[in-house]
Amino acid sequence: MKQKDNLRKSAGRGGFGRALTYLGLSIWAVVVLFPFYWMVLTSLKSYGAYNSEHIPAFFTLSPTLENYVQAFTAVPLGGYLLNTLIFSVITTAIMVVVSTLAAYAFARLEFRGKNLLFGLFLSMMMIPSELVVITNFVTITNLDLRNSFPGLILPSITSVFYIYLLKENFEQVPEELYKAARVDGTSDLKYLWKVMIPICRPTIVTVTILKLIECWNSYVWPRLVTDDQAYFLVSNGIQQIREEGFGRENIPAMMAAVVVISVPLILLFLAFRNKIMEGASRGGLKG
Amino acid sequence: MQSNSKKAWLYLLPSLVLLGAFLVYPLIDVFIYSLEECYNFASQTYEGVGAYNYLYVLHDPYFLQAVRNTFLLVIITVPLSTGLALLISAGLASIRPLRRLYQTIYFLPYVTNTLAVGLVFMVLFQKTEYTDGLVNLCLGLFGKGPIDFINGPYWAKMFVLCFYTIWVVMPFKILVLTGALASVNPDYYKAARVDGTSRGRIFWRITLPSIAPMLVYLVITGFIGAFKAYSDAVALFGADLNAAGMNTIVGYVYDMLYGDSGGYPSYASAAAMILFVIVLTITCINLLVSRKSVGE
Amino acid sequence: MNIKLENLTKRFPARGKGARGEVTAVENLTFEAPDGMLVGLLGPSGCGKSTTLNMICGLEKPTEGRIFFGGEDVTALPPERRGVGMVFQNYALYPHLTVLQNILFPLQNLKGADRPTAAQMKERALEAARMVEIEALLDRKPKELSGGQQQRVAIARALVKRPRVLLLDEPLSNLDARLRLQTREEICRIQKQTGVTTVFVTHDQEEAMSISDRIVVMKDGVLMQQGKPQEVYDDPANLFVAKFLGTPPINVFEGEVKGGRLYLGGAAVLETPGAAEGPVWAGVRPEGFVPAADGPLECAVSRLEVLGRDVSLVCTHPACQSPTLRAILSSQSQFALGQGAVRFALVPGKVLLFDRDTEARVPFAAAAAKQ
Repeated sequence: MKQKDNLRKSAGRGGFGRALTYLGLSIWAVVVLFPFYWMVLTSLKSYGAYNSEHIPAFFTLSPTLENYVQAFTAVPLGGYLLNTLIFSVITTAIMVVVSTLAAYAFARLEFRGKNLLFGLFLSMMMIPSELVVITNFVTITNLDLRNSFPGLILPSITSVFYIYLLKENFEQVPEELYKAARVDGTSDLKYLWKVMIPICRPTIVTVTILKLIECWNSYVWPRLVTDDQAYFLVSNGIQQIREEGFGRENIPAMMAAVVVISVPLILLFLAFRNKIMEGASRGGLKG
Repeated sequence: MQSNSKKAWLYLLPSLVLLGAFLVYPLIDVFIYSLEECYNFASQTYEGVGAYNYLYVLHDPYFLQAVRNTFLLVIITVPLSTGLALLISAGLASIRPLRRLYQTIYFLPYVTNTLAVGLVFMVLFQKTEYTDGLVNLCLGLFGKGPIDFINGPYWAKMFVLCFYTIWVVMPFKILVLTGALASVNPDYYKAARVDGTSRGRIFWRITLPSIAPMLVYLVITGFIGAFKAYSDAVALFGADLNAAGMNTIVGYVYDMLYGDSGGYPSYASAAAMILFVIVLTITCINLLVSRKSVGE
Repeated sequence: MNIKLENLTKRFPARGKGARGEVTAVENLTFEAPDGMLVGLLGPSGCGKSTTLNMICGLEKPTEGRIFFGGEDVTALPPERRGVGMVFQNYALYPHLTVLQNILFPLQNLKGADRPTAAQMKERALEAARMVEIEALLDRKPKELSGGQQQRVAIARALVKRPRVLLLDEPLSNLDARLRLQTREEICRIQKQTGVTTVFVTHDQEEAMSISDRIVVMKDGVLMQQGKPQEVYDDPANLFVAKFLGTPPINVFEGEVKGGRLYLGGAAVLETPGAAEGPVWAGVRPEGFVPAADGPLECAVSRLEVLGRDVSLVCTHPACQSPTLRAILSSQSQFALGQGAVRFALVPGKVLLFDRDTEARVPFAAAAAKQ
């Protein structure tokens, strides 16, 4: 790595080229960061101040938290957050358990038709969620589960990709450990719990975080199965706010809600930056 | 061995039940739905089997509009975002100080709520009676008149949609390409330097072929992702995308299923099947082309 | 506890694309490991020795045949009920547990009346750690240990259950040459100290010969020969065993027995009373060459390798099966290199004859032989 850099330095890229590179990178950094800045800035401006600015100001001298108060009082933002938290945590928890069991079966247990079944699992990754949402909507409606947590959670649990990721990781644990454990009379469940999961914890954490992010941001399915505000998740809440919540003009309050929704994920990202980036680069696709 | 086999199926059971109920069964079901004519959701009856649903959808101006929008979005955003990501990743690879900071910043959009940040973009681009919005303010500096990007002309709306889509997909592409660039064996660069190869030639003859598989992967996933565009559009233009003329194929499916024009699962299924076929075709073409160009 | 394998056979379904039928890994294997002995299971890779070990341990079920531990038929028992301890080639230490936790792990699996109290477990773990001299490392994680130390932890973990049988799979193959010598003495010491019947698998004949009380040589799933190391070396049952044991390996010549004499390339080199007449493979151990001015075997000398105590003379001979042959001589020995050639006499006990077709041993009365 270092050698490569030295090489590049000695390649004689002048100070000008270097400056140009930094300039270009900084421009994109501004493009990325600016919406975040604008959202925080706007959320701190008072309603009156915002609407009297025909030319938007790039800073505010009188920040106010009144928008945040309004975000939580005028619409049930707290409720949305709580719903999303419940939905995300339960879905992720069940997903991790279910996927771990399946991945373990694929990675360590021998059974007839294993390769065929795993091939089928992989091909299921090709099925777009948009296609199956229609029937799922009908199924959940028929089960009378609309506007309920089970209705929200059940179809959101399964993820072939995470099973695949875990299976790959489980297989990297040397088979000899499994044999050693069997010689000592360790049951499969105990081996999974005491050996496999601790060893593969980094991947399990990555999968958990990716799924949490996915759940937190999910919009399409919750929108379909909930029309009762009491079960709205933040994405639906935001849309609701946008359509009718504060009235279309109360942009500062809207931005306050956006900040509140975005902050948990950004904190999660900053805390687990490496895990998230590593996990995402292995194929986690947004949306 | 018998008991081991039973145990394995037991471990798989929860996944199999959930996948079967919510992924495999719906796949078959949606195909059947799409062929059942005049399906009535309330009475669960239908009148015949045929291609009527497909014909209806293909003649629906809203669907055609959605297809047009989606294709435009795909054609514009996939090459642009991939090229831009390549440029940025190459830039990142050539610097040392601040690299981690830049990487972290660039990844931020990945972890944000598409709907929420879409609102910010809307605010930035929107022209209301109170304010022209920040973007128009900047345009004003160049002497260009205020344009309402959210409720204004079609090209302006398409521009915002593309811009936002690129903003959203960039983190993943930069991440993948940065990883690909870092994994090119530095010995190649050394060898090329020893041979006195020019920087441009090094990039075209060494770097690019080395990361070609990753580029292909990004283009394919980019195509698929862009064809499924929906929530970005909702974030910018509101839930009634048909009215805004900015609907996408996925949006059309949802609207048919549930929404102001909803209640037609057969039409929705037919549209979804058409989307599936388009995506599948493009994936296959991509795979064929890439096998030819990446392989010997 | 003696271990007895009786007509043990293991077949696997064939693997790979288009493969059909079964592959026989072990065929009709019968041998006994006497109580308290260290038995080396020896053979080239793929000979079925690891499969055999896995069957003794219970990880694999034999297709046919039975396994007895001290008279008790354990063929159908799962590994944990056999009372075996196993040390794996890569040690198979749990990377997330400390050394002490690793050693405790097997004890924590015990159930019911067998389960010791926490204090007893600790005591037994410490005892095992003391046995392999790793008390100072108990709080470390496996990856902080050297290969040799990991090996000791693995042995301690196998011993902590006080197994009836200790199994070692290629215990030395992952160590560097120096550690290997040290560790094999260590294994020998621990085995003698505990007196547990031990079977270990290796492809390294030197390793097997040096520490085993008994060796069992296998090839392609079939037992070739078993016995005390020196006996097997001196008296191999067939050409394979003769070639497999000994470094440098035995030199094999195309020979013929005519009129009670062994002819190599036309020259009569040795009296072989009692040997059947006809073409044979004649194996000569490297130490079986004695330089003699009037020796019957003339070889062209390629080079001389000085090994310190000994010298190794690399020669060629037209009847030799391989391009070169090697003679190990004491560095004090006097010999004349006349025009790049040397003449040898052969030591009768170091010459072994084998049937040209079956490769089975052709006996002759070596004691009576005179050159």
